[in-house]
Amino acid sequence: MTLAERDESAASPPTIDADERARRRARRLERVGKWVLPVLVMALALLAWDRIVVWNDIPHYTLPGPGLVFRTLIEDWAILFDALLVTLQITLLALLVAVLGGVGLAVLFTQSRWMEMSFYPYAVILQVTPVVAIAPLIFIYVDSRIAGLLICAWLVAFFPVLSNTTLGLNSADHNLRDLFRIYGATRWQRLRFLQLPSALPYFLGGLRIAGGLSLIGAVVAEYVAGTGGIGSGLAFRILEAGYRLNIPRMFAALILIAATGVLIFAALSLLSHLMLRKWHESAMTRER
Amino acid sequence: MPSEPARQAAPAPSGAAAARPPLLRMQGVDKVFNGDVVALKGMSLDVREGDFISLLGPSGCGKSTALRLLAGLSHPSRGRIAWDGGQEEGDLGVVFQEPTLMPWATVAQNIWLPLRLRGKSYAAVKDEVLEALRLVGLEKFQTAYPRELSGGMKMRVSIARALVTRPRLVLMDEPFAALDEITRFRLNDDLLALRDKIGCTVVFVTHSVFESVFLSDRIVVMAARPGRVIRELAVDAPYPRTDAFRTSAEYAAYCRDASDALHAAMGDAA
Ligand SMILES: Nc1ncnc2c1ncn2[C@@H]1O[C@H](COP(=O)(O)OP(=O)(O)OP(=O)(O)O)[C@@H](O)[C@H]1O
Ligand SMILES: [Mg+2]
Repeated sequence: MTLAERDESAASPPTIDADERARRRARRLERVGKWVLPVLVMALALLAWDRIVVWNDIPHYTLPGPGLVFRTLIEDWAILFDALLVTLQITLLALLVAVLGGVGLAVLFTQSRWMEMSFYPYAVILQVTPVVAIAPLIFIYVDSRIAGLLICAWLVAFFPVLSNTTLGLNSADHNLRDLFRIYGATRWQRLRFLQLPSALPYFLGGLRIAGGLSLIGAVVAEYVAGTGGIGSGLAFRILEAGYRLNIPRMFAALILIAATGVLIFAALSLLSHLMLRKWHESAMTRER
Repeated sequence: MPSEPARQAAPAPSGAAAARPPLLRMQGVDKVFNGDVVALKGMSLDVREGDFISLLGPSGCGKSTALRLLAGLSHPSRGRIAWDGGQEEGDLGVVFQEPTLMPWATVAQNIWLPLRLRGKSYAAVKDEVLEALRLVGLEKFQTAYPRELSGGMKMRVSIARALVTRPRLVLMDEPFAALDEITRFRLNDDLLALRDKIGCTVVFVTHSVFESVFLSDRIVVMAARPGRVIRELAVDAPYPRTDAFRTSAEYAAYCRDASDALHAAMGDAA
């Protein structure tokens, strides 16, 4: 049937009508515009920023120009990069623990209604309580600073993983569930061959949100922790620079944080695409 | 024992069918949902080795419910269902209205599933999987993903999966209802050819009078509210059935019979 269809479409010469031409032009435009337009906006904004600073003689301790910020980024690279590594470490560790905790809890919840009924409300409570409100307490009871930061970042990041994965595990096709029952699948087989694969797209969606949140969690926790010295992250560098009115460095650190966030998001999006591209609708490029 | 009014109303099955050994027996089964929705009332059905039974009836008459009971997916509120001599692993294959394939797995992996759930590695059952694929004519597509297949091909994969364990009984719930007529005719032909080769028993749910007459040797006509069997028709035309049967006067006569019975069933419900 479709075998013949396939051969046909492969053999027939490519005919390009007006519609197809228009579609290709639109696609090309979109592909270029997706990258060029944001860069253009960025360039214009930088130019405007620079002109405003120069024309109004704004002192650099009030608003540094983009050039100065860029120079600071390079000159202070050693300090800032060390700080970036610390923040990144906390973020990634928190994300890892969020994934383990979130997926683990989700699996536990779907295996046992009792567990879910007992603990789900507390997961929600942890999620809705602002981390800045809990963080000071955590730093009182947890001696290790790293551990404290990690806990805070984890608190912010784990919920999307938990709730998305739970939703995914429960959304396995009902007929497939019946089929597994007919073939006498064990609980473990059902989890491994049916529920986990069904949950994958949902989990990856939650992971992308959690990636951003764990960075936010790490930064916020560092503000609250506040102590400096060796092993302090970007947030502390911003605070410190603020006290010293080193505004250019504040901007430089801010840029690094934002870039890190974008990078994490892009990396997780790529991961998601790679894992789903073979079979999931969300990762498919369809001819329009 | 519960009474069996439906069975008394049904004519005795013809000679050949009656001589076959029993496979599965449904006796005076009621199924009630939520305490007051009577989906089935006093349903009895003898499934014999080699039967091709169609359950024919209007929407909501409990066909799917009956099939789920036969599959052991739910339990009767009253009456009993038993396999003659007990049911063994792999005795049962099921095909649903949707192909119900795992989208993340290739065609071959999907067909492997029933055997995989019995702890068989792919290497150990590769031949069975490929044989099942060959039966439905899709051997070239073993590494394709379901989304790359047409609706008819997906249904073939679903059938191959049901057959891979060489089941004694295959239950099918309107498997071709969502397909276009041309594809459906082809799959009807192929299904009969398959059954010829494998010799399994089939219980087939359908809305279509024509499909039921073409495929089956027994048609069980059901009525709704409450769901019950109102007639059993024997289609005594010999297998293999070909296109010549589809255009024969015999076929038309059986269709008329079945259609009348179906109308009676729907009149009953109104
Ligand atoms: N799980 C359930 N809970 C409550 N009621 C149900 C359930 N399953 C089926 N029913 C009811 O039982 C009756 C028979 O349903 P069933 O699905 O068996 O009909 P059907 O003959 O397969 O119909 P169709 O041809 O539309 O598929 C219907 O009235 C339906 O509402
Ligand atoms: Mg149904």
